[in-house]
Amino acid sequence: MIKLRGITKYYSTGYVKTFVLRNVNLEIGEGEFVTIMGPSGAGKSTLLYILGMLDMPSEGEYHFDGQPVHTFSDKRLTELHKHSIGFVFQSYHLIDDLTVYENLETPLLYKKIKGSERKSLVAEALDQFHIVAKKGLFPNQLSGGQQQRVAIARALITKPKLILADEPTGNLNSKEGKEIMEMFAELNAGGTTIVQVTHSELNAAYGRRTIHLLDGWVQP
Amino acid sequence: MIIQTKDLKKLYSTEEVETTALNNINLEIQEGEYVAIMGPSGCGKSTLLNILGLIDNPTSGEYQFLGKDVAKYSERKRAGLRKSNIGFVFQSFNLIDELTVFENIELPLLYLGFSASERKKRVNEVLEHMALMPRKNHFPQQLSGGQQQRVAVARAVVAKPKLILADEPTGNLDSTHGEEVMNLLAELHANGTTIVMVTHSQAYAEYSQRIIYLFDGQVVSENIRTKFKL
Repeated sequence: MIKLRGITKYYSTGYVKTFVLRNVNLEIGEGEFVTIMGPSGAGKSTLLYILGMLDMPSEGEYHFDGQPVHTFSDKRLTELHKHSIGFVFQSYHLIDDLTVYENLETPLLYKKIKGSERKSLVAEALDQFHIVAKKGLFPNQLSGGQQQRVAIARALITKPKLILADEPTGNLNSKEGKEIMEMFAELNAGGTTIVQVTHSELNAAYGRRTIHLLDGWVQP
Repeated sequence: MIIQTKDLKKLYSTEEVETTALNNINLEIQEGEYVAIMGPSGCGKSTLLNILGLIDNPTSGEYQFLGKDVAKYSERKRAGLRKSNIGFVFQSFNLIDELTVFENIELPLLYLGFSASERKKRVNEVLEHMALMPRKNHFPQQLSGGQQQRVAVARAVVAKPKLILADEPTGNLDSTHGEEVMNLLAELHANGTTIVMVTHSQAYAEYSQRIIYLFDGQVVSENIRTKFKL
């Protein structure tokens, strides 16, 4: 599903190049659950953003489902990102003046999905993430763990093939974090490919393969 | 008069304790005013803003919004009024990561049932005005904090609401970008929009015409900065 060849990322300031990723070669198959670990500044999030098409490499090739993403225009990247990827962030970006139900519904409003189908997709997500009772509430009436569940449910409501998660439990207590990780495990068991960035060995244990980054290099 | 409250009260109760978040708030805000609300953390500022914004109901007291007695409205009735009259700007931008800049701004128009062509026209207008056109196909995570807040302001104004409620709109921004957002709000005000803003910053509060100070859920003083016509 994912094939990276010689991916390098650097920022130029004047005559100095600061390297974030160096010659990363990586293959991730459909249905895998991969963890990326490494100290702060190792390039973990940059790698995840490149995988998610939110950032572009300076050099190298990225093939997604056989398509040469590194040659794509902004517009095609936007489309591919929207159709294939669910991105889960550490902090939950919900809209405070929309209810839980409306927050979940938003990504569907932009696709040509009928009202009745939207309703059933939202109902399914509410059920899967155990937030049915919260559907009429606003984000600030929920706990942090509940808000993160809504954010994840929204990221996944369009049923993406690939989930990218950047420290998804970083703002949660251990019980809430465990709930989220169990949800990921369940989604993976259902066939969804997952790549997560985490500092936590406990969370990494849910994945089946761990990639270690150090100073932008993949460690052998 | 756009906002009028009488003896507004908000209590939160758990099994053991009852907390008074707001106590006897009497407030009048005229159409076209720019009001800042200040006070220490926990004084009730955000609770007040949520009630004024029809997100939450008061426990008791009266609230007249645009001449309608809304204190006991159901969520459905509040939602109708809220979506067609109020634009919100929050400290943490509240953008949807799965949607592009264009789509984030378009959202309120979708809820109001505007046609696709009208939506496109309106969104392009604000994109142009806020210098966001080159960013329209990008996702929020590809933008700087200042740009994200500009998108949030664009979304708040795209449906041309009568009232803008801003909760610490500059809280996550550096001073340059903070000022940029304040200038956008000032411009909206100059064009006739009513603005109520919660802020910790005295400097930013001075962009407003009137500062209301809250302490322990009560209005303790008011500072009218500019004379304005009613």
